[in-house]
Amino acid sequence: MALRSTDILTQTPQGLYCPLGDFHIDPVRPVKRALITHGHSDHARAGHQSVMATRQTLLIMGVRYGEDFAGSTQEAALGESIRVGDVTVRFTPAGHVLGSAQIAIEAGGTRVVVSGDYKRAEDPTCLPYEVVPCDVFITEATFGLPVFRHPDTRAEVRKLLNSVALFPERAHIVGAYALGKAQRVMALLREEGYDQPIYLHGAMERLTEFYKAEGIPLGDTPKVVASERSKLAGAIVVCPPSSIQDLWSRRFPDPVTCFASGWMRVRARARQKGVELPLVISDHSDWDDLCRTIRETGAGEVWVTHGQEDALVHWCTTHGIRARPLHMLGYGDEGEAEEAQAATEQAGGAA
Amino acid sequence: MNRFAALLDRLMFEPRRNAKLRLLMDYFSHTPDPDRGYALAAMTGALMFKEAKPGLIRGLVEERTDPELFRMSYHYVGDLAETVALIWPAPGHDAAARIANSADRPSPPQEGTGQAPAIGHNNPPPHVPTLTEVIEALATTSKSDLPARVAGWMDALDETGRWALIKLITRELRVGVSARLAKTAVAQMGQIEPDEVELVWHGLEAPYEELFAWVEGRGPKPESGNPAPFRPSMLSHPLEDEDFGKLDASEFLAEWKWDGIRLQAASGHGSDGRPVRRIYSRTGEDVSRAFPDLVEALAFEGAIDGELLIVREGRVQSFNVLQQRLNRKAVTPKLIAEFPAHLRVYDILFEGEEDLRALPFAERRRRLEALVTRLDDPRIDLSPMVPFSSWEDLAAARADPAAVGAGPDADAIEGCMVKRANSPYLPGRPKGYWYKWKRDPYLVDAVMMYGQRGHGKRSSFYSDYTFGVWRGGPGEEELVPVGKAYHGFTDEELVKLDRYVRNHTVKRFGPVREVEYGRDRGLVLEVAFEGLQRSTRHKSGVAMRFPRINRIRWDKPAAEADRIETLEKILERGEQEVHPLKDQEA
Repeated sequence: MALRSTDILTQTPQGLYCPLGDFHIDPVRPVKRALITHGHSDHARAGHQSVMATRQTLLIMGVRYGEDFAGSTQEAALGESIRVGDVTVRFTPAGHVLGSAQIAIEAGGTRVVVSGDYKRAEDPTCLPYEVVPCDVFITEATFGLPVFRHPDTRAEVRKLLNSVALFPERAHIVGAYALGKAQRVMALLREEGYDQPIYLHGAMERLTEFYKAEGIPLGDTPKVVASERSKLAGAIVVCPPSSIQDLWSRRFPDPVTCFASGWMRVRARARQKGVELPLVISDHSDWDDLCRTIRETGAGEVWVTHGQEDALVHWCTTHGIRARPLHMLGYGDEGEAEEAQAATEQAGGAA
Repeated sequence: MNRFAALLDRLMFEPRRNAKLRLLMDYFSHTPDPDRGYALAAMTGALMFKEAKPGLIRGLVEERTDPELFRMSYHYVGDLAETVALIWPAPGHDAAARIANSADRPSPPQEGTGQAPAIGHNNPPPHVPTLTEVIEALATTSKSDLPARVAGWMDALDETGRWALIKLITRELRVGVSARLAKTAVAQMGQIEPDEVELVWHGLEAPYEELFAWVEGRGPKPESGNPAPFRPSMLSHPLEDEDFGKLDASEFLAEWKWDGIRLQAASGHGSDGRPVRRIYSRTGEDVSRAFPDLVEALAFEGAIDGELLIVREGRVQSFNVLQQRLNRKAVTPKLIAEFPAHLRVYDILFEGEEDLRALPFAERRRRLEALVTRLDDPRIDLSPMVPFSSWEDLAAARADPAAVGAGPDADAIEGCMVKRANSPYLPGRPKGYWYKWKRDPYLVDAVMMYGQRGHGKRSSFYSDYTFGVWRGGPGEEELVPVGKAYHGFTDEELVKLDRYVRNHTVKRFGPVREVEYGRDRGLVLEVAFEGLQRSTRHKSGVAMRFPRINRIRWDKPAAEADRIETLEKILERGEQEVHPLKDQEA
């Protein structure tokens, strides 16, 4: 007889937990054994005794937290089945950021897939999402409302390039999360033929170098020299979202404030942040892709970890799929947790 | 249509006037006729669709979406047009039709050609309508055919296109572009003065091909088909203390500065001989429809300049009363009877066909006096001159208008206008001719409570400050917010204020920071304002008119800031007119 899904996966204060394998997935507090889906700081935290993740995710954690971010590490090769306790786990590309993976857990004929964060849209900087058929699908719902329909990213990038052409005397300051979004925007700019240097905020530098070392061509990406800011008329500058309106951005020539995020789809949200050129570019699935992915996995049961859970649960229910919201805390909406963290650090520094 | 939508989308987020102009000019220069002309019509409010109403959109979306999902979405987005635009289940959204990570993704359908590349095997390509198609169809399609037509466009457009379509239908563009700004962009294309466009505007109709041909040097200047056109208003400069030493009082004339709305009344006759009478705002907007009672009184030919006031039984009412008439959408006989519009005139630009603008002000004044006498209509009268022989005289008059002939109307006076006797009537704000000498503002010392990020150039600064005054007895004093100001300081002071907010933050709410304040800490701001009104919307019960930061009192302890009683006293003195919407430059 097949096991009940809750024997394979259950919810604890630390995060999702697999009793049969005795490990957590993306725990928000230090645990004995953690399996990590991807390197964003709300999913990949330092201080676990042992960490299993893809090679790139382990390297990203090393870049962010230093080499000793965990007691021990184990690399999970994509597509390979690995025995952990009484279960088998398999990492498959999730299309979210470089190194991101879904984790399939299988025992007694039942397969549960923890998707982590994922997207189906094109991204030149990471492997595309692969559908993993399963019985229970654990999904996020960051953009789990039918108003979130991400447009073609190329059109968004062209919007930026058109603005640069129209306002050559101004600097375009693009807020983008340091891991994934920033590099994706740069890669898209290169694909659209932009061959000028793309200037980087210092906080972007190491991860961008890491992407380059992993073979993602991003071209010339010099770091912004503080004293040279006023000379960057006509330039594109990529920085963390918390910097687009901060003291740092002030010295650029008449900056155009841009922000690359799925949240930019909602105008009020963009206006609230004082964004002048919203770029709707997201590393998460939009509504249509969330629904489509749930269908394609063939799962009879869906758990929704965080985001706009209610709408997605409602959709599942009306489509004959059992679903429940987990209301998990500690996971940001498209990097907002990261942003908040950065802001706190900054405030501490300024005081 | 998508191009127009992209323009609106960009304009909506762009706070800078010059950048808006660039975006508009870029659009007008790269968009063919008649699309650009219809865009201009949409932005100048020249379009009217009889059958297309907001309810139509709501009906369409309700048929197509899960009501529960729609409710959650609307709740989240907060704006109906945007919710509908985003949630609209266009055929391309069908999950199966989406192909990601694939090199042979379909290219977007081509606008207006109807020859878009096929995106499915059996589906006809969606036809993305041009702006012209949309506008023409909205004007001509019957009520019964309209829903299907609109639904077809919604299917073919992208999210931004749908959003713009709904804004067109509801006639609420709200992208921060005034009719004047749109016309200015057209004028700049041909390096001509915006006022030149204004002069010919009323003879033109959408899609304005004649106008574009003219500014692009391909055609003649269009005839001004308007027998009662707007002529650009002449504006004044504030009189500064140092000016008095430089200006010779004997070369000037003075009038009261009325606290109303600046208007220009123009009257002529059409080719059929019938009178054409129009009333314009200071910026050239035709507001005739709001003042039928005044239009009726324009029994002259020419153009006169004056102030709109409400006069009851010969007495000028406060701005507060005027505001009650301005805020109404429907102009009913009852409204007119209760709030009778009055024009108090102070200049004449044209008499019949004769352009008087080059004449000296004193001469124009004589012509105006004669005209008003001939008119003999209680709804139009002269703004009296204020006699004076020295600046000291005038200062005394300004301090107490009632004593110098203004009588009970003194409450509606906000200072003096000082005009050079030989000044011609010039468009815009020429230097050295007209001055406004406003009554001294009220001052209050308040404590900064919150700082908010500004917009545009100031988006990296905390530039909008909420301030409060003390209330409550000894030991129970608390600060109660009384207003918010975002100007009055210099750029250097802004840098300091911004730094102050950042270094004294105790709490954050999105773009707002609460700063430290209390009896023993906090920053005192000397706030200047023009008047006070009781307000139920503010915790303090008062609302300020035109508050600005007059001085930063780095030296003053917070405990010594003013108390709410100071404001109460001003209120009791009967200063109650507050109109946040009124143009300060009037």
